[in-house]
Amino acid sequence: MYVSPVREPLISGEKSYSKVTEEIYAPMTGRPGKTWYAGLTLALIALMFGLFSIFVTVWDGIGTWGLNRTIGWGWGITNFVWWVGIGHAGTFISAILLLFRQKWRTSINRSAEAMTIFAVMCAGLFPLIHMGRLPLGFFIFPYPNTRDVWVNFNSPLLWDVFAISTYLTVSLLFWYMGLIPDIGTIRDRLKNGIKKKIYAFLSFGWTGSARHWMRHESMSLILAGLAAPLVLSVHTIVSFDFATSVIPGWHTTIFPPYFVSGAVFSGFAMVLTLMIITRKAINLEDYITKAHLESMNKIIIATGSIVGIAYITELFIAWYSGVIYEQYAFINRAFGPYWWAYWIMMTCNVITPQLFWIKKIRRSFVATFIISIFVNIGMWFERFVIIVTSLHRDFLPSSWSMYSPTWVEVGIYLGTFGLFFTLFFLFIRFFPVIAIAEVKSVLKTSAEKFIKKGK
Amino acid sequence: MKQYWKSIEELIPEEEVVQEKKSSYILNDGKDSSTNSRRDFLKYFGFSIASAAVLAGCERPVKKAIPLLIQPEEVKPGTANYYASSFYDGSEMVPILVKVRDGRPIKIEGNDMCKMTGGSASARIQASLLNLYDESRPAQPMVDGKATTWEQVDADMLKILSEWDAGKEFVILTSTIISPSTKKLLADFKAKYPFVVHETFDAYSYSALRESFALNYGEAIIPSYRFNAAKLVVGFNADFLGTWLQPVTFGRQYASARKLTEGQREMMRHVQFESTMTLTGSNSDERVPMAASDEAHYIAALFSLLAGKAGVSVPTVNAPEQIQKIAEELWSAKGKSLVVSGSNDVDVQSMVCGINHILESEGNTIRLDYPISLFEGKDKDFEDLLNRIEADQVGAVMLWNTNPLYHLPLDEKTQNVLAKVDLKIAVHSQQTESALACKYVLPAPHFLESWDDSELVSGLFTLTQPAIRPLFKTRHAQENLMAWAGVEGKYYDFIKSNWKENIYNINLSQGKQFETFWKTSLRDGLVFDDTKKNSVPSFSGVDTSFISKYANPVSGNELELVLYQNVPIGDGTLANNPWLQELPDPVSRVCWDNYVAVSPAFAALRGWSQGDIVAVNGIELPVLIQPGQARNTLAIAVGYGRKNAGRVATDLGKNVYPLVKMKNGNRQYFVENVDAVATGATYELAATQSHHSMEGRALVRETTIAEYLKNPASGNEKHEEVEKLHTTLYHEHEYKGHHWGLVIDLNSCIGCNACVVACSAENNVPVVGRNEVRRSHEMHWLRLDRYYAGESDNPEVVRQPVMCQHCDNAPCENVCPVAATNHSSEGINQMAYNRCIGTRYCNNNCPYKVRRFNWYDYTGADTIPNNRVDPAGMTLDLKRMVLNPDVTIRAKGVIEKCSMCIQRIQEKKLTAKREGRMLEDGEIKTACQQTCPADAITFGDVNDPNSKVSKLLKDARQYGLLEELHTLPSVVYLSKVRNKDQNKTLS
Repeated sequence: MYVSPVREPLISGEKSYSKVTEEIYAPMTGRPGKTWYAGLTLALIALMFGLFSIFVTVWDGIGTWGLNRTIGWGWGITNFVWWVGIGHAGTFISAILLLFRQKWRTSINRSAEAMTIFAVMCAGLFPLIHMGRLPLGFFIFPYPNTRDVWVNFNSPLLWDVFAISTYLTVSLLFWYMGLIPDIGTIRDRLKNGIKKKIYAFLSFGWTGSARHWMRHESMSLILAGLAAPLVLSVHTIVSFDFATSVIPGWHTTIFPPYFVSGAVFSGFAMVLTLMIITRKAINLEDYITKAHLESMNKIIIATGSIVGIAYITELFIAWYSGVIYEQYAFINRAFGPYWWAYWIMMTCNVITPQLFWIKKIRRSFVATFIISIFVNIGMWFERFVIIVTSLHRDFLPSSWSMYSPTWVEVGIYLGTFGLFFTLFFLFIRFFPVIAIAEVKSVLKTSAEKFIKKGK
Repeated sequence: MKQYWKSIEELIPEEEVVQEKKSSYILNDGKDSSTNSRRDFLKYFGFSIASAAVLAGCERPVKKAIPLLIQPEEVKPGTANYYASSFYDGSEMVPILVKVRDGRPIKIEGNDMCKMTGGSASARIQASLLNLYDESRPAQPMVDGKATTWEQVDADMLKILSEWDAGKEFVILTSTIISPSTKKLLADFKAKYPFVVHETFDAYSYSALRESFALNYGEAIIPSYRFNAAKLVVGFNADFLGTWLQPVTFGRQYASARKLTEGQREMMRHVQFESTMTLTGSNSDERVPMAASDEAHYIAALFSLLAGKAGVSVPTVNAPEQIQKIAEELWSAKGKSLVVSGSNDVDVQSMVCGINHILESEGNTIRLDYPISLFEGKDKDFEDLLNRIEADQVGAVMLWNTNPLYHLPLDEKTQNVLAKVDLKIAVHSQQTESALACKYVLPAPHFLESWDDSELVSGLFTLTQPAIRPLFKTRHAQENLMAWAGVEGKYYDFIKSNWKENIYNINLSQGKQFETFWKTSLRDGLVFDDTKKNSVPSFSGVDTSFISKYANPVSGNELELVLYQNVPIGDGTLANNPWLQELPDPVSRVCWDNYVAVSPAFAALRGWSQGDIVAVNGIELPVLIQPGQARNTLAIAVGYGRKNAGRVATDLGKNVYPLVKMKNGNRQYFVENVDAVATGATYELAATQSHHSMEGRALVRETTIAEYLKNPASGNEKHEEVEKLHTTLYHEHEYKGHHWGLVIDLNSCIGCNACVVACSAENNVPVVGRNEVRRSHEMHWLRLDRYYAGESDNPEVVRQPVMCQHCDNAPCENVCPVAATNHSSEGINQMAYNRCIGTRYCNNNCPYKVRRFNWYDYTGADTIPNNRVDPAGMTLDLKRMVLNPDVTIRAKGVIEKCSMCIQRIQEKKLTAKREGRMLEDGEIKTACQQTCPADAITFGDVNDPNSKVSKLLKDARQYGLLEELHTLPSVVYLSKVRNKDQNKTLS
């Protein structure tokens, strides 16, 4: 097929259809390498430490965290928002990019979606364990009961419950839908045995018939249609936790778009961080190419710039509003006791992504890796700055206070990394990291082997 | 057509199949069924369920509540009884009411029949209740550290007394005794045993005050002060609102003279000269920092100037500028002014007597006809006692409610003097340092378990009656004396007969028989004979030539140290009290420690910062930078560093009583030429407030009296602006019945913190301990915010009590996901603790930050074992007796906050309903309001146009805290007014 000379191939190397299957299937066969075991062990240790920290929290009380009468939320909710944000890339890539017919998404959507699910699982932990009375957490559901008590539908925290659980459900369905053809492929390649039975069960009797494909395609489209607004709604609702409050620095109408773009920004950064390692680790360099890198970095520039503009808009509005509390909140962010957090945020989120305007940088795996780490850090600090620096000095100076995390909070955060990577390591072992069927669907138009450059 | 069959039933005719099934059914119903029948199933099922239930039931111990077989007439379960009594701990005496529920005293309130205190009480009085349930109280008589019985003690003592060598004294050393019956008993005892000598030792000395009156008026009295009769009060280092003499009475007088609520157009002016920032100084209209060593000079200058005006000849003294100005003011307020000094120096107090005489204060602001019976201890007499002990003239000392080995100012050598006494007896209701040195430790009951009486001023008699049977094997100190002197009966009988013989008279009884009189006195707790007055001694004056000694200031660059009593701990007698230790100092807002207060300038000079440990004359304490302190002055609170006080107070802070020096025979609470060096170590103080500026926010609104008279809304202009913007898209709450509101007059509030302890006692507020306060985990529902304004060397101070504002538009209510906090139909923001899951979202969204989260299991309400954080022992069974059964104990992980004393509202509403009448305004009083000496807090129904609250809401000074947020708080503040002319200030 002839394509425009400006279009680079998305899959490099001489890839036939069967070669694609073999190469992507390869990491799932044979005994896993030492690095895999080492990684999984490390992740499990972190997970265990996290579980221990959660145990301490529940047994002794939230007092084991660094919170106080002024600062009711700290690392816990910071991590919650951060993980939810990270969980935005997957659905964005698979749903919104599917609707926009972006072919480059096929190489990364599978792992990005998996990451989304794992990140949302990590995120979902925090609202639970930050409760003072976790065993009574079920009060948050509107279930019929003899005491005639009902939940408060005015509370953004309740909206969160629905938003996050819906998002997790739809993301999980979407991911699994996409997996079905590939599970079928794996099943067909396995000899008899328990493994085959499991994959056979998971494949839902996929035969690859035209009718199956037709249903699969339309279902994907429906789910994409459902998931696309969810990408926007989840972080919008998370931002409502802050925007609907009265606290200066929280009470801001700019929050929904600002949070959503921030989420996509951080999600893409996390996808990049992981994919750059994964492609090297399991030899998928031909499938995740500089073209993918560049496309993703472009989205990072776009969302990063939106975030930067949002920061500046906030400052302007604080000044323009004439509200002394608002003005103080922003001066305090930049020059108060947590100035360092603000400037880490500004540097990492506003300045570093601008480097991607330089083509060499946005096409460099090493540079992208470094910048993606910066963005991850910057976006964590953004949440920290919003939550902690707004709370620690609000209206009455008599109650102003300081916050620093305890080992328990740090432990839980490490624990969520443990959970995330444990799941990720299991994922790369048991499911294809790249959507085999979807990559094949773009081979004709985008693989180096098949395309011819027009003159 | 061929028949295709799908199942065997289709192939075989139906009947056969049925037959087959039936036969198998019958067969199976035979022998086999006995092993597996429905009955068996039910048996097994029932057994396993029952055993599971039994096993599950084993987990929790069964606690039995046994009802009373014969119910005492006055005890109604669930209903509180109030008993009139009086509080006296060796300092202030205040008539009180003791609230008793199911036989347990659970709250102390002021007795509103007392005109002096008007039903108010101080933080220490409120908290003294908890000392009753102190597990470290001496529980039984001990001899040489071994338990003994009262019979044995009596036998021993009778033997000792009967074989006494008459050449030696048997000294009974007490704190000041204000009880006429005890005084009579002591006299009787002395008559029986002539070698008995009674001496008085006060924990904190006022002996120079009495001495100065002896010199100037011929009688060693402390007069009654009437701050409310003054138009101008000038204080010199006298913390009369916090600790000096009678702070509850003075606080009440002070606030009433400064109120502007009931059409008053005039307010008393108060100027304070002081060395460290005291509660009183922080309330003053103008305040001048002054080195303690210069106090005599300042007062001499004032004396000399006023004497000049009055035409009395005294030596001239170079007057500082502020003194010249204040002398003019005082002179023009002659007859309506009062000068007081906290000094314990006779020269200073003599000059103050002279000044007040020139200002014609006697009969106006100083009532010599009502001298108070407090603080009778004379330092010279005590010194003399020590000399007699050294000369081996004393054979025994009985320490009765006095703890000299802790309070002694003198060096260790002198402390050892007491060791020379052969027989030492301790009669204390609390654990003391002195008891450790005593052979006999004879525990006395707590005042809530005791009978006693008092005569504070001539004619004002009060009774103390027990509100609970003694918790331990204690005996009244008086009953010891009665037993040893062979007086029959109990101390109660002795008081009653003493009242019958010596107190009962025609003026008091108003025609009642003695028994009736006795019963009504006991019910009321006090009686007042207004005809009984002392004769007024006339001013004789002293030779004033000595004042030329003070012609010039003496303070230089040397460091001085002021030793002061702080509001929570005072002289340290009640230190073993978690409520008091957790109560932040109203000035520094630090609790659980004492510290070295240092002026900002001096700290900068030495490079010290807050928390640096410095050694002051060898005593190592952390630095607290105290704005408003005199430059080269350090200040340390006494009352800390107890060595044997019980679990809570032992080893908290450092004891600085040993630094007290004697001068002219009186204990001086300041030390000149101290050395202070940084040790390099640091220490984190537990402070409840770390930021001290209002940052230009209109939180506490204030104006001056001149501006106020021109425009009552001055300083509060913002209120009108905000009111103009009052609009909403949402429906507003409708209150058809009551709509509760609370008005707080910032001009009345003196910041004494009594309300904070009252609230803790009423609402079972947890005590969290020093470490938790450091982490800002304190739980007080009500706090007193304190802000400084102006320069750091002498700032103006404002205070604001902040509790839940019960917003009609509450930010906390709409964010709770489970609706655990919601709005009542009477305007109260309620907390359903059972529903709370602890997201703390409400706490974040509360602009007032009044919500408190149970970070740990502070109360023992949790079911998880071994996870309590209870450094003060508040979950001990004994201490839990103090809990108010009307208020839920909050479990770990829930939010709590001020409920506007909903239990009190409900109680009074039900009473009114039962009695078939409308609730009256003022019937319901919140705990904070009830105890407030300044009457700064008013609770009532906003919907009732005639209620006091509604009237106060019409005051132009009213505003809501952060009203611009449109939270529509039900708590409303009245702005503060300073009696200060912008054009005419002291400095």
